[in-house]
Amino acid sequence: MPSGQHLRGQQLRGKTATMIVLMVVFGSAGDTLMGKGMRAVGPPATWSLAPVVTFLVQAAGSRAVWMGFASLLLFFLSYMLVLTWADFSYVLPASAASFAVVPLLGHFFLGEEVSPVRWAGVTLIALGVWLVGNTQPRTTPSTPPGTTDAEPASEAPVTAASAKGD
Amino acid sequence: MQTALFVLLVAVAGTSGEMFVSRAMKSIGEVTSFRPEAIARVVVRALASAWMWAGLGMMALAFFSLLVLLSGANVSFVVPVTALSYVMAALGGRFFLGEHVNANRWLGVCLVCAGVALVWAG
Repeated sequence: MPSGQHLRGQQLRGKTATMIVLMVVFGSAGDTLMGKGMRAVGPPATWSLAPVVTFLVQAAGSRAVWMGFASLLLFFLSYMLVLTWADFSYVLPASAASFAVVPLLGHFFLGEEVSPVRWAGVTLIALGVWLVGNTQPRTTPSTPPGTTDAEPASEAPVTAASAKGD
Repeated sequence: MQTALFVLLVAVAGTSGEMFVSRAMKSIGEVTSFRPEAIARVVVRALASAWMWAGLGMMALAFFSLLVLLSGANVSFVVPVTALSYVMAALGGRFFLGEHVNANRWLGVCLVCAGVALVWAG
């Protein structure tokens, strides 16, 4: 029979992993869309007021820039939420998975060439994320949820609790 | 010399900004409900924290330093800065936030650091 503490640990890992996946997805999508939008707009002719204003107006008219901005906001929201319970020294390296995911997606979906050096990097990141992911997500005493007005101290309901371990 | 200063700003301001945000969020306590109104309340509480504003200020400083650097020709600084930020995060987590960084986590952080450097360089 798994103990209550064990279940609680599993639940914590599950919701931490879910939030980190959201960070990786929204962060990568945001960077890609923002990059695409900005490249289409092009840099300002000079770094003086008028060209910069023109650049900002053009960027604000780009759908990709807005979608990128929205993705990055969702990334930051996931980041803020996961940090209410998980260690900073756990979340940051674990979220580096995006550096491994982006070349993999590029290779398998866009047929991009990945150099041997990059493959080595992807392998090291995957190993590192796996190692960090196997440590306890939280090593500091938790502030009781009751001290926040997020919700009364109900046990983690709905969305996040469904995920698997790491 | 000036480039070195901006590289330092990107690394130090970026990492410390994220640590300040982490401190603000830790003080709020674990989020247990993911309903939109509960999340909105967490965001409002976070924005009432001085650590959060200090963190956002440092991150903005890092971002503008990065823009200044990117406007120059040489972007090779991005590799060490990005990779080292993971080691700095582990140090900050240990000494500023009081987290327990065990040997496995250190090893993982070092592998991520080396891996990110290789992905950038490759």
